Amino acid sequence: MALLALALGMPRLGPLFSALYPELDRPIYQQDSFVDLLLAHIAMVLGSSVPAVALGVGAGIALTRPWGREFRPLVETAVAIGQTFPPVAVLAVAAPLIGFGVRPALIALLLYGLLPILQGTLAGLATVPAASREAAQGLGMSTRGILWRIELPLAAPVILAGIRTSVIINIGTAAIASTVGAKTLGSPIIVGLSGFNSAYVIQGALLVGLLAIVADQAFERAARRLGHWRGAGTAV
Amino acid sequence: MPPFSQRKHDRVLLALTLLMLASLYAWPLLTWAPNRLLTGHALPWSRLANGWHPLLWLPGMLLLPAWALRPRRLVWLATALAAAALLAGLCGLAGAVAAEEAARTPFGRTSFGAAFWSMALLCWLTAAHCLTRLFPRHSSRSIAHLLLWAPLGLLLASGRMDELSVLKEYANRQDVFDDALWRHVQILLATLLPAIATGWPLGLLAFRRPALRQALFAVLNIIQTIPSIALFGLLIAPLAWLAQTSPWLARAGVGGIGMAPAVIALALYALLPIVRSMVAGLEQVPAAVVEAAAGMGLSQRQILLRVELPLALPVVLAGIRITAVQTVGMASVAALIGAGGFGAIMFQGLAGSALDLVLLGVIPVVALAVVLDALFSFFESLLEIRP
Amino acid sequence: MIEFSRVSKRYHGSLAVDALDLVVGEGQFTVLLGTSGSGKSTTLKMINRLVERDEGEIRFAGRDVRHFEPQDLRRRMGYAIQSVGLFPHWTVEKNIATVPQLLGWSYARTAARVHELMTMLQLDPGRFARRYPHQLSGGQQQRVGVARALAADPEILLMDEPFGALDPVTRAALQTEIGRIHRQTGRTVVMVTHDLDEALGLATHIVLMNQGRIEQQGTPLEILSGPASDFVRDFVGRSDIGIRLLALERVAQHTRTGEILPGEPLLSHNTLREALSAFVARRVDRLPVVDEQGCPAGTLHFSDLIDARHDAR
Repeated sequence: MALLALALGMPRLGPLFSALYPELDRPIYQQDSFVDLLLAHIAMVLGSSVPAVALGVGAGIALTRPWGREFRPLVETAVAIGQTFPPVAVLAVAAPLIGFGVRPALIALLLYGLLPILQGTLAGLATVPAASREAAQGLGMSTRGILWRIELPLAAPVILAGIRTSVIINIGTAAIASTVGAKTLGSPIIVGLSGFNSAYVIQGALLVGLLAIVADQAFERAARRLGHWRGAGTAV
Repeated sequence: MPPFSQRKHDRVLLALTLLMLASLYAWPLLTWAPNRLLTGHALPWSRLANGWHPLLWLPGMLLLPAWALRPRRLVWLATALAAAALLAGLCGLAGAVAAEEAARTPFGRTSFGAAFWSMALLCWLTAAHCLTRLFPRHSSRSIAHLLLWAPLGLLLASGRMDELSVLKEYANRQDVFDDALWRHVQILLATLLPAIATGWPLGLLAFRRPALRQALFAVLNIIQTIPSIALFGLLIAPLAWLAQTSPWLARAGVGGIGMAPAVIALALYALLPIVRSMVAGLEQVPAAVVEAAAGMGLSQRQILLRVELPLALPVVLAGIRITAVQTVGMASVAALIGAGGFGAIMFQGLAGSALDLVLLGVIPVVALAVVLDALFSFFESLLEIRP
Repeated sequence: MIEFSRVSKRYHGSLAVDALDLVVGEGQFTVLLGTSGSGKSTTLKMINRLVERDEGEIRFAGRDVRHFEPQDLRRRMGYAIQSVGLFPHWTVEKNIATVPQLLGWSYARTAARVHELMTMLQLDPGRFARRYPHQLSGGQQQRVGVARALAADPEILLMDEPFGALDPVTRAALQTEIGRIHRQTGRTVVMVTHDLDEALGLATHIVLMNQGRIEQQGTPLEILSGPASDFVRDFVGRSDIGIRLLALERVAQHTRTGEILPGEPLLSHNTLREALSAFVARRVDRLPVVDEQGCPAGTLHFSDLIDARHDAR
């Protein structure tokens, strides 16, 4: 709510920013409306995170099945090394290779966002008590039933934590994606930095920061709802 | 599912080998462009097969049947060596071809193609896969990795690859590069040292006082949530104001842009993993051990110094490792607010759409992160293995 | 009900179960007894195909278990394990309803069955039905585990050291419970344990296993009074065989009616082992006995304990 209000109301704050920065002719970023930038930003994060969740969770499941288990150490090594890559680096390499604009940003965000989700899925499935699995099997549940009704619900809080990390990182990286020509809430920041217009920078930074905090809070709430069976105070 | 040792063949190696073949088929190993600003096109295979060059593929031939052999130590060792030799051979091949092309057209640029990068990754994964099986202990595995990849460093240092475009770019901007390296390390140290100096006492305090812990983590979590570029941006105004009102701060380098806001923001980010690792490290010390120490008459201070901190050390070190890797990456974003470092080269390359320049910024950042990660992991593994 | 013929199972080349022949009779309480590594758990898990045998044949209800779909087979058999394995994200009632749901029972039928089982296992449905497993004590969790295993009225109940992780008091209470359920329902039970006293107290048929083979099988009395080998003798304890024999019989069987004595009485359903303890503790040689309603039933003489052993042979 506060986020939307700020995005809509930013132009009204013109007098405030001109009071703070009297030397600026145009104290409010006007190339695009803040609502458009916010929506574009959210679209980019969703557009990369949704496929990343599907791929990451899918791969995590595959690597814990009997036929995929052999590949697990290898993938874990690859993921560990992948995470030492800064997200900006992925973005910076993707742009010249794929071309500038939204596409390289989406691909970079997707690739980088995969890693925490995959890790979360692997860690989450590892928390499923072996006894629950054995009991489910012993009671006659099918393999698929065990996955959908026992393993995934039990792993869900940890998987969600992975998705949370991934989305928060992607919100930040999407802001930097304006350096490769994608329109996001990072655009005012970059324009402001290169044009020495601190007001633009603050406007963009406020909205990006707020978006990340709002998203984080939403995940916090979802995590609490998911983990209700564990009792209080065990959120990861 | 039969246990690994009873399997007839190694599906992981098979998959890696197939991926190598596929990437060689689909992508160019090397590309060539008439000058540094144009996009390259694939160098035809015929250009890669001059004179003795095909010999460099020999280790690859050895690698092909490895998956079908019964998994045992000798096969793993040979496979790891073959993978390392293949990558070294590819580097040598790239260097030699680049030198030939340079002799033909002086302004031409020979660059690594997509297949080279994927081959490098796959060779590394192949070797890692085998070394994991050969050396279950982390510390000996790290040393094996070092020995395996040392020849690549020698090859790079020997100058045989200097005609490749990334290295040419390096040669052209050596002083810029060296400045960036120095600046990046400066940012890293200026972030880590104060963050550790405040983070460890804070962690200790938070461990002793649960009420403080909740409040502290709530604040640190929010900071960690704010994207780095936003925090950099938000710090500009207050710091600029500070510099205006107290000139002695401005003289000390504090200002809206530059290294000061970068280091302040990065140190704020670094606090969370450092404090958290200290608390987690102290929490995992078994209560029984502390009780036994108290029962033997050790004072609170002695318990902390002789029992709790030494037992917490591996977790605390892991926290420093994570923080260091995170800071190296975020420091490259700080170039946007004028802090310099490899990020500056990276963004300059992005602005000019010059891949070689981007790589000149990205590769050392990644290398720095990987080296720090490996170094700290090695120390951690030394601590953990105490039979 | 279940027949093993020449069944073997290998792990990494070594025999865990070695050419086993075994018949589990309908309505019997069969206990597979042995030290760890004796193959008793493997034997149990081959019945519901959690472990697949390598050689031989296992028949359930006259058909080879391999002719059943594993899931159908398991839904016809209850299964309870030491670590309980309750599903932590489901309430007690949902846990118990697992198999009825898999079998597609109606909501009303499932709810009625859950209520019935919770009452049978002395879990107040009003208090416990909506709790999550982490809100229960260890003993309560295992009660839910047993209720879940019994939910769809299985033809046979398989239990793998179900009480191994419980404290002695809770364990004794649950043993009494499971014994009562067996007597009331006449259901076939196969249980694995390494606890000799648990086996003696519950089993109608004990199968003592060692290194994948059956060392001896028979009723508890047969095992105690005629150990077939040194291994059996060591296992049942050379020095306290007598005490264990006393534990197999009840005070009621040896009470002399007609005599009425004053003082703190024994209960007629106490075991002779408990009676011996009372004799020694109070330093007397005869004690009054009352029946389950508390009416005087007669006296028990110290000398009758020795006669009891004699009778047993």
